[in-house]
Amino acid sequence: MAHAPSAESVALLDRFVAALVAKGVLTEDQIATQIASTDRASPEIGARMVARAWTDAEYRALLLRDGGQAAEAMGVSMAGAPPLGVLEDTDKVHHLVVCTLCSCYPRAVLGYPPHWYKSAAYRARAVREPRAVLAEWGTTLPDGVAVKVVDSTADFRWMVLPQRPAGTEGWDAGRLASLVTRDALVGVALPRA
Amino acid sequence: MSGSFQAGQRVRVKRDFPELRGPCHIRTPHYLRGREGVVERPLGAYPNPEDLAFARPAAKVPLYHVRFDQPSLWNEGAAGDTVLVELYEHWLEGTA
Amino acid sequence: MTDEAPPPATHDLGGAPRFRCTAVEPDDEAPPDEFGKRVDALRQILGRSGLMTVDEMRRCIEAIPEPEYHALGYYERWLRGISALMVEKGVVQAEKLR
Repeated sequence: MAHAPSAESVALLDRFVAALVAKGVLTEDQIATQIASTDRASPEIGARMVARAWTDAEYRALLLRDGGQAAEAMGVSMAGAPPLGVLEDTDKVHHLVVCTLCSCYPRAVLGYPPHWYKSAAYRARAVREPRAVLAEWGTTLPDGVAVKVVDSTADFRWMVLPQRPAGTEGWDAGRLASLVTRDALVGVALPRA
Repeated sequence: MSGSFQAGQRVRVKRDFPELRGPCHIRTPHYLRGREGVVERPLGAYPNPEDLAFARPAAKVPLYHVRFDQPSLWNEGAAGDTVLVELYEHWLEGTA
Repeated sequence: MTDEAPPPATHDLGGAPRFRCTAVEPDDEAPPDEFGKRVDALRQILGRSGLMTVDEMRRCIEAIPEPEYHALGYYERWLRGISALMVEKGVVQAEKLR
């Protein structure tokens, strides 16, 4: 469960914002504009990128070479955002993204990180017992598929390019995108047709 | 800026604990100190976060994606599973 | 270099045994509340203004003592870190926050 802020924290936020406004560092309008802008990013962006990569080989190559450019190609502004790397799942490897030191997350294409991604339990366990963590989502991998945990420690942000599920032959990108959840883009779940 | 290590090269993470020497900000997880892995690919060069954290001038440092065998980090896990981590060059040394 | 390995810092959680038996709750779909969104917006505005880097903010979050680190919510930690940093840099006065 997400944790409600204490009265003390709420009061600190009010005083801090008031002090910054009084100093001329920022305005309430800027905060509102920033929140509106951040609210526009959501996992639907990542899902559209994945669905396009499943149907367009040239875009797939771009996505794997430079995730930031691939996001820009979908109309996402990456100005000021950290570099975006994309991890390609195969028949042999499944990627799982975590940030053990804080909670680095590809926000430009996935939006706000979910609570569990920021939790101590996820951060502690994903690198040590990734298959047990996957099992909490009901995710089991076929035999012969290795888990590659990606600990996001530095300048990049990472998103998973999952494998296209069987039984989706002939689907267009819009329909395919509906299969790609936020959890699949982090690697805790698999897209299912 | 190109770094000293190539894709496929075996490297060791320095077994160093700057935490013992005073205030610091480091992006090399504790669980990897002293561990050996393989460079998967260079990721470019970025200002050193250890300096950025204290608003000091920060030189760009080559960054690498380094792959570690997951079960041997913890003495548990499934054979073949791996952990892939971004590490700065000044934390890496070649292995003999 | 030293031979003596200290315990990992509070925020350096990879593999931490104390969380081995804590379940991850996969079903949380809730976006941040208004408090979280405001703190998040402050981080972005102050970052863009050149008043702080993300690494400075992280350093200040990492300095939160362990019992508080785990008792505070995620955006509460951010607020503590960012406000301490702005005091450290003389952007706001500590008295204004009390």
